Amino acid sequence: MASVRINELHKGDLPWIIEYDESKCIQCGRCTAACSFNAIYPAAETRRTNSIASKNKTERVLVIKQNISLENYCRGCGMCANVCPNGAIKAIRNKDDKYSVVYRAIKADSFKKGGRSNLNTEGRTLDKIKVGRISQMTDPSLDAQRHTFELKTPFGRVLKADKLNFDIRDGEIIETAQLPPVRWIYPVIFGDMSIGAVSWRMWEAMAIATAYLNEVMGIPICMCTGEGGIPTKLLKSRYAKYMILQIASGHFGWNRILKAMPDMTEDPAGILIKIGQGAKPGDGGLLLASKVARYVQEIRGVPKADLLSPPTHQGLYSIEESVQKMFLSMNAAFKFKVPVAIKVAASVTSVSVYNNLLRDPYNIVGGFFLDGLAAGTGAAHEISLNHTGHPITSKLRDCYLAAVHQGRQGEIPLFAGGGLGQSGSFAADAFKLICLGANGVFTGRMLMEIAGCVGNDTGKCNACNTGLCPAGIAAQNDNLVKRLDVDKVAQNLVNYILATDIELKKLMAPIGCSTLPIGRSDALITVDKHISNRLDIQYGC
Amino acid sequence: MCRIGAIKSKSKFHPSVALKLMRSQQEGHDDSGFAFVMQDMGGIFENYKDLPLLSMAATVEGTRLAEDILREIGFSRVMQWSPNINNRKGLKIEAMPNYIFEVLQYPKSYKHATKQEKEELLIDTSIRLRKTLDEISAGFIYSFWPDTLTLKEIGSPRDIGTYFDLWEENKDLTSSIITAQCRQNTNYDIVRYAAHPFFLEGYTGLVNGENTFYEKNKFYQQKLYKGYIGFESDSQCLLYTLHYMNKILKWPLKYFKHIITPLEYDEIIKREDKEILLRIKASLSHLEINGPNTLLAVTPDKELMCVCDSKKLRPVVIGRNENTVIMTSEVEGINDLLPNRDITKDIYPNERETIIVRNDLTVERWPQ
Repeated sequence: MASVRINELHKGDLPWIIEYDESKCIQCGRCTAACSFNAIYPAAETRRTNSIASKNKTERVLVIKQNISLENYCRGCGMCANVCPNGAIKAIRNKDDKYSVVYRAIKADSFKKGGRSNLNTEGRTLDKIKVGRISQMTDPSLDAQRHTFELKTPFGRVLKADKLNFDIRDGEIIETAQLPPVRWIYPVIFGDMSIGAVSWRMWEAMAIATAYLNEVMGIPICMCTGEGGIPTKLLKSRYAKYMILQIASGHFGWNRILKAMPDMTEDPAGILIKIGQGAKPGDGGLLLASKVARYVQEIRGVPKADLLSPPTHQGLYSIEESVQKMFLSMNAAFKFKVPVAIKVAASVTSVSVYNNLLRDPYNIVGGFFLDGLAAGTGAAHEISLNHTGHPITSKLRDCYLAAVHQGRQGEIPLFAGGGLGQSGSFAADAFKLICLGANGVFTGRMLMEIAGCVGNDTGKCNACNTGLCPAGIAAQNDNLVKRLDVDKVAQNLVNYILATDIELKKLMAPIGCSTLPIGRSDALITVDKHISNRLDIQYGC
Repeated sequence: MCRIGAIKSKSKFHPSVALKLMRSQQEGHDDSGFAFVMQDMGGIFENYKDLPLLSMAATVEGTRLAEDILREIGFSRVMQWSPNINNRKGLKIEAMPNYIFEVLQYPKSYKHATKQEKEELLIDTSIRLRKTLDEISAGFIYSFWPDTLTLKEIGSPRDIGTYFDLWEENKDLTSSIITAQCRQNTNYDIVRYAAHPFFLEGYTGLVNGENTFYEKNKFYQQKLYKGYIGFESDSQCLLYTLHYMNKILKWPLKYFKHIITPLEYDEIIKREDKEILLRIKASLSHLEINGPNTLLAVTPDKELMCVCDSKKLRPVVIGRNENTVIMTSEVEGINDLLPNRDITKDIYPNERETIIVRNDLTVERWPQ
């Protein structure tokens, strides 16, 4: 009797099983070439022959086999099926998967992955909210095609009217003091994905789309660099004005930015200080060495090693002091002409942080970016990804209502992100969050999906951490990166934003809004009583 | 849809003129109410212009409570006027037991008080009276301010006119400005306070429209000033915004339009005053209005004002002769009162202008 080995990895433990139909296979080799994870390989099997005429009792048959390995295992990305001319191969989800258990048992290490949380235990609040106030009769709906709409939102510290230090001279208001910088931007921001987290082609496509939307389509969208620097040439160009430069606890890329500053011809759109991110709150950034390509090393000024941003900004005595110092220095660096904002992971404590910033007498904070738990990430420990964080909707609402309580709504614009478009309706999610009090939203996951990301929220692919992204989006391997067509991705991004623009107007029109309905929660209803109570919006059934 | 009207004249006139102005616009009525505010009083109020005039409708208990509070604060009655009530059967009116219009003397301790201190006393007293009467549903404080008389009632405008004997001209009850609406706010509960015109500290506002930014406006305004209370109507928000801008921020009237219907960013950046306008747009974004609206207003300087929403979704017309200017929803009303005017001088305001009627009745059109 053959011995059965239990204590090692088996095919049945893997999250995806390769289903291969030898009768359809022409042995072209495309599937094995396409698999960035080396999860399949060509092999020869010895089979018994049933032919009486043949002298040989066995024969060798060429087949495709699945790797059973902790490193080279199938992520279900589906590239093999995509390239197979005959439909001979595909990955099937293994409902009895116990890979992450075996991984931990063998490696004595925390299981890491990229992409997004795969638990989805909480359901989607935004899908239970509808735009329920439709103007009819006395307050007519607007016409999304015929009427004009303004989709712009302030980004920067907005002062209360009585703090503007206006003077009246000859019936005209005149400014008497320098006021904090405020930009008027599109209410969707391309979220902060660094060069390194994504491939240079993906990053370039986002930058091209940003410039095109601004300069050709008249949509003043901004893109945040992520914590990984920015190409010097772009920084010195006129396109820098569309970029929000991110600084986080690793300060990656800032050496180059500082050196290039004397040669900059335009101020950036803003500075975003990242304190935390929604997908893995409490963790710092994580770029595994496999993704630290040569050009990433150059931009960031780092060796090829795992790059970890510390979970907190280090200060002498307190994080508050450290953050305050950073805000002041960032404000001063651009002569107080560039809005400086902060990004935090949505958390039970978000309202306290927001309250403090609102009450700060120096008006140093020009935007509050709240990132919810359904956000994506390039790499994280699975336990953080699946078990930490706070849903975005209620926390955004809490912050807005905290500002209302102080009579200071709008003073620090709120931007919300994390899982937007998860069920396919990005514009609707954005619109609802704006009605609940957001000035705008930011997204990274939608950009990746538009670019061709094959991952999803139920365990498909989610291998951004490996550098082996089969779509070339989160990859740093040259061959994989080349799969991504920069111009095509840029074009799709532009198209998607144009579609979003139409859809936002299609939601603004029926509620009779020609400007962004920031805080217009009266336009929303929910079919869930708990959500109604929690968000203070009408319940409908 | 509401119909609203504002009349300003060089000579004093009786509220019957306002009733006649609104009569031909009755398609917009639904027999739900009638309300008017008189400012720059004549007749028997002519000699009391500097003293506060209380306009109140109350039960017997409410009247007693209000009088007690006024006495306690130190106010003393100088003069009281009561309308000539014609309570015949069959009138469609939900009348209150008492209608009080009385001129009061400030407390003795205010003998040397500044204008600002006196105004503060009046608003504080108004709020206290209103709160007290609200608690036991005993009445309504419509205005408590010098040179201003307000009446609001539920019912048919025609019958309300008959009940208060307002159809007959009467030299005792006149003023040079009357703003009026022949309707209650029927969107919500029928509440006397919800009827236009609204009045606060010398500012009067009445609106034909739906302010779809009501909740945004309300959330912001309720923290701005103690006098911003009630919010029984979304239109009240426009009055509070006017008051906040002109009285509290002390900004000139021309900036009002830039608050309620700010220009689009692309238009602003072409202008010389772009820095100011962008600041206003950002800082007061919660006071922006959306939806169809026409606002008629009276300022403490006794000037009339008219602005529309940014898409001009509600009608308004201004007609005039040498002696009178009328702003109202439909031209029939003006045709009834000023049939011989030069109609080529009628103004149909556009969505990007502010109309001001000065005290000499010159009409100015300010582009936004």
